[in-house]
Amino acid sequence: MAEQKKIFIEHTLFLTIVLLCGLFVKNIYYLQIMTFVGINTMLALGLNMLMGYAGQVSLGHAAFYGIGAYTTAILSTTFGFSPWIALICSVGGAVFVAFVVGLPTLKLSGYYLGMGTLGFGMIVNIVFREWSSMTGGSSGFVGIPMLEAGPILFISGKNYFFLVWTMVFLAIILCRRILSSRMGRALRSIHDGENASMAVGVNTHFLKLQIFMFSAALGAIAGFLYAHFVLFISPESFGFMVSVKMVTMVVIGGMASVWGAILGASLLTLLPEVLHSFAEYEMIIFGLILMIVMIFMPQGLTRGLLDIYEHSRKHVGKIKTGK
Amino acid sequence: MLRIKNLKCGYGRIMAIQGVSLSVRQGELISIIGANGSGKSTLLLAICGLLKTWDGEILFKDNDLKGMSPQSIVRQGISMVPEGRQIFAPLSVMDNLKMGGYTMYRKGLKKQVEQDLETIMDMFPILRERQNQLAGTLSGGEQQMLAIGRALMARPSLLVLDEPSMGLAPKIVEMIFATIQGLRQEGVTILLVEQNARAALKIADRGYVLETGKMVLQGSAEELLVDDDVKRAYLGKDYGNFYDGRD
Repeated sequence: MAEQKKIFIEHTLFLTIVLLCGLFVKNIYYLQIMTFVGINTMLALGLNMLMGYAGQVSLGHAAFYGIGAYTTAILSTTFGFSPWIALICSVGGAVFVAFVVGLPTLKLSGYYLGMGTLGFGMIVNIVFREWSSMTGGSSGFVGIPMLEAGPILFISGKNYFFLVWTMVFLAIILCRRILSSRMGRALRSIHDGENASMAVGVNTHFLKLQIFMFSAALGAIAGFLYAHFVLFISPESFGFMVSVKMVTMVVIGGMASVWGAILGASLLTLLPEVLHSFAEYEMIIFGLILMIVMIFMPQGLTRGLLDIYEHSRKHVGKIKTGK
Repeated sequence: MLRIKNLKCGYGRIMAIQGVSLSVRQGELISIIGANGSGKSTLLLAICGLLKTWDGEILFKDNDLKGMSPQSIVRQGISMVPEGRQIFAPLSVMDNLKMGGYTMYRKGLKKQVEQDLETIMDMFPILRERQNQLAGTLSGGEQQMLAIGRALMARPSLLVLDEPSMGLAPKIVEMIFATIQGLRQEGVTILLVEQNARAALKIADRGYVLETGKMVLQGSAEELLVDDDVKRAYLGKDYGNFYDGRD
């Protein structure tokens, strides 16, 4: 019960913060940045399920992000589908690709899985670049329509901000439901090694495949949100560096933690914006901050901040009792 | 209940099990003893489907387990306590036990799982005490109890234990073996693999001696305990038994 209460409080807090940000932040630029945080959170959430909980590294996850974005772009612009139908196709397409790719690659583990997914990510990126009749090639894809639902038009700003964060909230709830289920336990059990999980009857290969497909789906949703937000996509947005950035978000935020995904995504999205004032030193400072976080909080921000909090509480307690 | 005929399997090109046969009857406690590298654990991996069988057959309740996936073997009723315990360190004790009932949950027998959880925590009170603790923080003996409890959660008709005494203090080893004996009295059929030959044979009905992938001896536990070859090779020199000698 206590656990449920805690989750309820966390969710309420989350919704309140989102609501306050959405209602009181008037600056379009800030709203845009926070929308990007939301999109990145969606990406990090998906990868976190795969990496943080199941312990499977993927260095090609930007591919699903890209598949989501390009599918919706092509379907809604070139073929004139409703974007909402395109969303279903995006997710379906990414899940299907994840199934086909995951079937052989998820038999690999550790570094080899990393290499396998890396190769996959590169191939997908080359397809985006070279299939110019469909994707617009390296000059990008323009003219993606804006989203609308009845009378509401999702233009960048408040509406889109709420759309993205509502989806993120739904994704968080979904992730938590999965994690607290039988499947979630099995997922966490394969983190350290699969033999024991197999010995209690878990079909580990199928389980990994399922979670790979799930994280691909979240990636595709993020791609969909990105495409209809920026209205212009190009292969660079889904390249290798983006995959690495996603992994960094998960690691920095804290593996195996839903809130870690938000923290990691926020830090990696906000930091470059804040550091713009340093001009040419931007990347150096960015790198330094990441290094410092990893050195002093090797378990990621979530665990690190919790440790600091618990430590300070103990300290305060000591002072109060006069020791 | 379990019958293995001329089993061959191994890793890569190395044949670690070179034609092993054995049988376990309903209600028996069978011990397989042997030195390091004699193929004990390999044999168990093959039974549980974690290692491919090259040749021969493994019959369990008249079903051939050859080529079956590990999870369908668990569903057939074989449950393993793996070597070195292999509890799920990042999960709580409670979640570890629930993982043991994974196949039960699958069948939708939630009520039964809850019942079994109670039974097992009655059997190992320490697990009840620590149910919310992370399994990785338990001591070696507690982890072993957890591993046994987890295996029992699947309601096995055959329980397979791989060196339950490994790395444990003599007192704890004694306790674990008493537990195993208790389980046997409750009617669980048990296949025990051990380096601690004396302790393993003391509680067993029958025993097998495995040496470099071949069964070299078999017989009733009493016979093996007094067999000169076994005495010389396993009861005197095995490091595990130095501790035994002290009590």
